[in-house]
Amino acid sequence: MSKAATHSKASTDLPVLLPFRAPAPISPSGLASPMLLGGATLAAFAILFGASLALAQVTARPPGESAVTVLLRWAPLIFQGFLFNILISFLSMALGSAVGVLVGIAQVSLVAPVRKLAWGLTQFFRNAPWLVLLFYAMFLLPFEFRVFGLTIAFPAWVKAIIGLALPVAANVSEIVRGGIRSIPSGQWESAEALAFTRRQTMWMIILPQAFKRMIPPWMNLYAILTMATTLISVVGIQDGLTITRAALVAESRPELMIPMYLLLLLMFFAYCYPIARATLALERRFNVKA
Amino acid sequence: MASRHELGEPVVVVEGVEKSFGALKVLKDVALTVRRGETVCIIGPSGSGKSTLLRCINGLVPISKGSIKLAGREVNDKNLDKLSLRRDVGIVFQQYNLFPHKNALQNVMMAPIHVLKQDKAEVEARARKLLAKVGLSDKLSTYPGELSGGQQQRVAIARSLAMNPKVMLFDEVTAALDPETKKEVLVTIQDLAAEGMTCILVTHEMGFAREVADHVYFTDGGLIVEHAAPAELFGNPREERTKAFLDKVL
Repeated sequence: MSKAATHSKASTDLPVLLPFRAPAPISPSGLASPMLLGGATLAAFAILFGASLALAQVTARPPGESAVTVLLRWAPLIFQGFLFNILISFLSMALGSAVGVLVGIAQVSLVAPVRKLAWGLTQFFRNAPWLVLLFYAMFLLPFEFRVFGLTIAFPAWVKAIIGLALPVAANVSEIVRGGIRSIPSGQWESAEALAFTRRQTMWMIILPQAFKRMIPPWMNLYAILTMATTLISVVGIQDGLTITRAALVAESRPELMIPMYLLLLLMFFAYCYPIARATLALERRFNVKA
Repeated sequence: MASRHELGEPVVVVEGVEKSFGALKVLKDVALTVRRGETVCIIGPSGSGKSTLLRCINGLVPISKGSIKLAGREVNDKNLDKLSLRRDVGIVFQQYNLFPHKNALQNVMMAPIHVLKQDKAEVEARARKLLAKVGLSDKLSTYPGELSGGQQQRVAIARSLAMNPKVMLFDEVTAALDPETKKEVLVTIQDLAAEGMTCILVTHEMGFAREVADHVYFTDGGLIVEHAAPAELFGNPREERTKAFLDKVL
């Protein structure tokens, strides 16, 4: 982007008056360098990981099993816990997005009470600590409820999904509102002049255009949510973090703390980093098109 | 030039219209009559209320006082069926306002299909004809982003015509165009007028107004200062204000 900008700027000035400058040796696609950067980050992680393992090996006393063996023993279980984090992130994102889209649309409603209520809800849940909301969901929702004599269990992980979906919904609501507001008013005007109803205008004209602009921030929110799913370990759900802690307690080898947590961090990094890259790539593509 | 064709009964009758945005009075006691088949141009300096007047005529902007009758119906009636009003009057904007996620053909077809609930095959045949009429037969599946300003504006005209309006409003439709593309849009409008479509144009194209209009209104400060046949208004303006404006722009 910045490169393209300097190019166009240079071409508008008188070239003879400009000092000769060789093109910068950076790939203009802007793709190579982030990949290198990603590679460097991974290498740094690997080195850090290896060093922490070596350190754990050296400082172990009395010297017992090799740190690598212990780690390999626990890795599958930790990975299972991590997968559970991913599952929770999917489900809270789905629930939060569904609710958030509706609240976001309500935020631009012509009916003042609806608009104000949606605005209030959005602001409240957007500016609340996620962990506090999670606690509320855990302790205020019943563990089971009865519908027509049928008892439906409401396990902790379902409550956790609801608890996490609250701030997600509020953030999605803001993304949707912003996306809708970013569409020029001329679109509303011409749709109205063609006798489209407001609902038709919203679903057939405004949202399809706004959707594209909502995807990058929405993906960004998803990456943040995924990392935040480790909060559920605080309320006693067997996620990746809980299992890692349990493994450390079971082994009672404090020197393993650094490599163990690093292993979990690596899993999250490997999952979230590509999402962040894809978000950036999409943002860049949409920017150019717009 | 004025009577190229027979003019019919009044289609748009504006009487004593006032419009304020807060404390700002944009229209003060405006009256105007447009008969079927007539082409009327509204000229005047920026901020004189021309565009607001157009938006009042199709009910996009509610008026504060007075009456606007379109094909015999009071536009400002709260119980008026907006759909039937908007069917009768099409508007084309300065900024085209095409739907960027739909191609040219879809842009023209959308409203008849979803608003008028007409048969899709019929609508498509009509849309193709309309786009051919504005000279864009080869751009049916092109998206607005890939069309020139003049082409977009012609799609916008076809889109409005697809509703089979009785009156067409044009709000400075050539203001954002370069001289070359301006011409193609003006020719399109001229053809429409020649076919007998009732047209109301807000425009800064004095040459076009002089040549094509049956009647020209000069507005300033929310008032209609003077109106007459183009030859008279341009050739022999009665009001000082009109003279001053024409001296500057011609």
